[in-house]
Amino acid sequence: MTPFSFNRATDQSEALQLAERGGRYLGGGTNLVDLMRETVEHPAALVDVTGLSRDIAETPDGGVMIGAGVTNSALAAHPTIRARYPVLARAILAGASAQIRNMATVGGNLLQRTRCTYFYDVEGSRCNKRRPGEGCDARGGFNRIHAILGASDACVATHPSDMCVALAALDAVVHLSSASGTRTLPLTELHRLPGDQPQIDTVLHPGELITAVELPAASIAAHSTYRKVRDRASYAFALVSVAAAIAVEDGRVSDVRLALGGVAHKPWRASRAEEMLRGKAASLDAFRAAAEAELADAVPLNDNGFKIELAKRTMTAVLAELAGVDA
Amino acid sequence: MKVVEDAKQAVQGAASAVMAKAVQMAPDSWMPGGKPDPLIRAQHGHVGRPVSRVDGPVKVRGAAPYAAEFPLDGMLYASLVFSTIAKGKISALDTTAAEAAPGVALVMSYRNAPRMKPMPLFMTSEKACGGNDLPVMQDAKVYWNGEPVALVLAETQEQADHAAALVHVAYDEEHSVTALAEAKAKGVEPGQFMGQPLKFENGSAEEALAHAAHKVDQYYTTPRHSHNAIELHAVTVAWDGDHLRVHDASQMVAHTAWSLGHVFGIDEDQVHVTSPFVGGGFGGKGLWQHQVLAAAASKLAGRPVRLMLSREGVYRIVGGRTITEQRVALGADADGRFDALIHTGTTAMSHHNVLPEPFILPARSAYATKTMKLDVEVAYLDMVANTFMRAPGEAVGTFALESAIDELALDMGLDPIELRLRNEPDKDPTTGAPFSSREVEKAFRDGAERFGWSKRQAPGTRREGEWLIGTGVATATYPYYRMPGGAARITLRADGATIDIAAHDMGMGTATAQTQVAADRLGLTMEQVAFNYGDSTLPGTVMAGGSQQTAAIGASVMAAHRTLVTELLKLAGNDSPLAGLDADAVTGVNGGLAKIDDSSAHESYASILSRAQRDELMVEAEPPSPLETMHWSMHSHGAMFCEVRVNAVTGELRVSRFLGSFDCGRILNPKTAASQFRGGIIMGLGLALMEETQYDERKGRIMNPSLAEYHVPVHMDVPEIEVMWTDVPDPHAPMGARGVGEIGITGVAAAVANAVFNATGKRVRDLPITLDKLL
Repeated sequence: MTPFSFNRATDQSEALQLAERGGRYLGGGTNLVDLMRETVEHPAALVDVTGLSRDIAETPDGGVMIGAGVTNSALAAHPTIRARYPVLARAILAGASAQIRNMATVGGNLLQRTRCTYFYDVEGSRCNKRRPGEGCDARGGFNRIHAILGASDACVATHPSDMCVALAALDAVVHLSSASGTRTLPLTELHRLPGDQPQIDTVLHPGELITAVELPAASIAAHSTYRKVRDRASYAFALVSVAAAIAVEDGRVSDVRLALGGVAHKPWRASRAEEMLRGKAASLDAFRAAAEAELADAVPLNDNGFKIELAKRTMTAVLAELAGVDA
Repeated sequence: MKVVEDAKQAVQGAASAVMAKAVQMAPDSWMPGGKPDPLIRAQHGHVGRPVSRVDGPVKVRGAAPYAAEFPLDGMLYASLVFSTIAKGKISALDTTAAEAAPGVALVMSYRNAPRMKPMPLFMTSEKACGGNDLPVMQDAKVYWNGEPVALVLAETQEQADHAAALVHVAYDEEHSVTALAEAKAKGVEPGQFMGQPLKFENGSAEEALAHAAHKVDQYYTTPRHSHNAIELHAVTVAWDGDHLRVHDASQMVAHTAWSLGHVFGIDEDQVHVTSPFVGGGFGGKGLWQHQVLAAAASKLAGRPVRLMLSREGVYRIVGGRTITEQRVALGADADGRFDALIHTGTTAMSHHNVLPEPFILPARSAYATKTMKLDVEVAYLDMVANTFMRAPGEAVGTFALESAIDELALDMGLDPIELRLRNEPDKDPTTGAPFSSREVEKAFRDGAERFGWSKRQAPGTRREGEWLIGTGVATATYPYYRMPGGAARITLRADGATIDIAAHDMGMGTATAQTQVAADRLGLTMEQVAFNYGDSTLPGTVMAGGSQQTAAIGASVMAAHRTLVTELLKLAGNDSPLAGLDADAVTGVNGGLAKIDDSSAHESYASILSRAQRDELMVEAEPPSPLETMHWSMHSHGAMFCEVRVNAVTGELRVSRFLGSFDCGRILNPKTAASQFRGGIIMGLGLALMEETQYDERKGRIMNPSLAEYHVPVHMDVPEIEVMWTDVPDPHAPMGARGVGEIGITGVAAAVANAVFNATGKRVRDLPITLDKLL
């Protein structure tokens, strides 16, 4: 680990000032500190922002505002989240371990970096995300956990978060703050596809601070769930995960939210499948057809071709379960 | 050179073949174990009781010091830099930044490392235990991807780690062989295990197979596995003149002392290795380059050094289980009796070690067959030297063999247990030796009843919601070994006794079980017995490997005890109630010696010692050579039963029930033995379901050197595991006990694969059984 200075921000303006002088924001440290130990990251200064915004509050229009410093555990256990956004509680509990969730923050979770093993192998492997332009050893290497959607020649990494998949399905909005003011972004626009700049994970500006994540009011979210498929029963990243909510009226899909994890460089909102399903009869065939459409552009690598079928099956099964359609 | 070695091996092989025949034909009474250990008869002592670990309290209090927990005055911390190519030369090495970094005492590389001999390679002499025989940081050459190329010493671990990242190394890369296909194309060689060829032929197996009424002929593959003991490999060393003190995490302290002495050109007595507590060994806690490098750096710096490998470091420099490609072909007659058993295949090895994964070992003694062909071939790769890992050979060999038997049973419409029992041999199928004790049928029958085997349904017919349910069974097997080199010392005092032996407890309960045994043998309470181990200055050269420690310690203490009793009877003299009795006529009872079957003839140790005006009596003895392993065929067995649930949508596989029914002779301590069986089974579940070292064949680099990406079972992957045992003593083993450390991992992967077939109708012949193989 490279030596660094450490400061704890007592308020937002102090955090922004420290960042302006080159500090990197530190949440629970469950990912960034690992990356520093592995020398993937070597910030000269850390700004601990866990003391800021630890509130979960209902908004006037019926949504929920979640402070960026809220721990994953606290969010998953919150009665409002459990009752009105079960997909989010389940997604969080499907990730990591209890100890890690106790430390990890909402803001930090959004900024997790990929688990690509070539990204982690600083000395021994090439990685365009670490050193732009040097090449990608994951292509042609071990890429079981890599992307099938939205990848580029430069990068086939996936975003590892479970929580973000639920947030993508819930139309969550990210609140940002910087020296030049505040702004909001839909979560689905926070993360980037790799393109030819895989070293850039998000559209955040330098020094910009995530202050909160807002969940809009959505009655559909009360009937939602998260299903994660992985290589062991717990403590593994998703091969494929599905966050879904569905409303069925008179046998027809009146509304639907669908997002996939483990398949792309960002949480993958399955807009194409949603569009196909709205207004359609809630049937196994319709769900499968929507899944097929969503995965139509999927491109397999040498180890992960199975994820295409796995994603289709998991989407279909989750929708069927939520809609009460027999598989 | 090669020719001379081959000739030497051939001569040794011929000599040992003659010897083996002579030992087999000799009368039982000439053999160690020819006269059963008297302790087998004793049924009311400490042996057989579920005693809690004697070291439990210090461990839960955190008061048990492990190798990286000895703070020495002036100690420096070490961090390693690993190579990133598989073969070539270091062309540039820039240590300037590292040397200038805060807290750094020195950077060691081939340029300034002390001159040392290579480690003496494991099994090349009695006490040799090096994991490879390569030069250790002696020149610019690189032999595998991950080899240590520099070592940083600093005042803190963090400073050392930081500086290690500042060492810049450039290489001239040479062509390396890192892909198995290329290695095989370059030619394979016959495998050898413990000096014996891994090859056996009886009759024309291929011909018999061709004509068999029923047959299977399939290929099975298993991946590489890395050692992941919870305690990272660590060593704390200090030089005092030309004496080296080593606090190690070791399964072989005496071997390590001798081998380090060899490396540094000093006598083994000048090296003192201790290892009181070890957080898991599994075959991986031997002598690797880190101990040598720590001692070399300590010499260079003139200060004590602690080197604890990172988890990545363990993957890079400690070998694991190597890859196998196995063919199993079985031919059977109309009744299911084997006409042919063929188990052959290829394993990968480096040029600098001696362990081809001996996957044919189970087939040597498991089944009766008219013809047999066994053969392991070796392909050579430029990779980290592979090594022993819990049940080397049996763990993956049983996967292939026991899967094939399941396939044959299905083909014949026979119950797989019935097929196995129809092929129970009445003597060892390869050596012809009689079995010392073999209760395979009892293990299967008892296990089947407890598990509810008879309720099994046809493949693919049990389903609950999305989950397909199935059951499977397989044989577990592991040999009884006892290696030469045992010795023990007993010091008897009026109020108790101390046993000293250079043996090991890596957490499995050696000290506990051996205290029970010694207490019974001496007629003392457990509190009166101290069992000292894990110190190279103690008697014996006893490796904790091959599940042989129980026997090796048992035989050593038996020998020392007999000497002790003989000496005590001499001291007791004619004024004792024991006068005129010889060592065979007395036994340890109630704090003294008594005539067997007449406890009125008794004299306490206190009385004997006091009359002889002695405070203590110290004896040391060695047991006879382990000829019993040649005279009898000595093996443990188990029947492994498994229930799995396979998700029909996602292919996810969960093991929902497991039962191991074992035949390992007498169980010395049901509590610690059950933990060893369960631990083995859990490791077997990892082998079956998820463990795989991602060795990138393009560069020979391990890509998942971390417990985040190298999966071992988590609690949710492990169901309730039931274990049971026959408890039939082996009349020819000390205490009637065969070791239980490794058998638990054997047969597990096949039981799982067979259950998966029963659930889904899909046969997976390639480990691990990941969900993509079941979609």
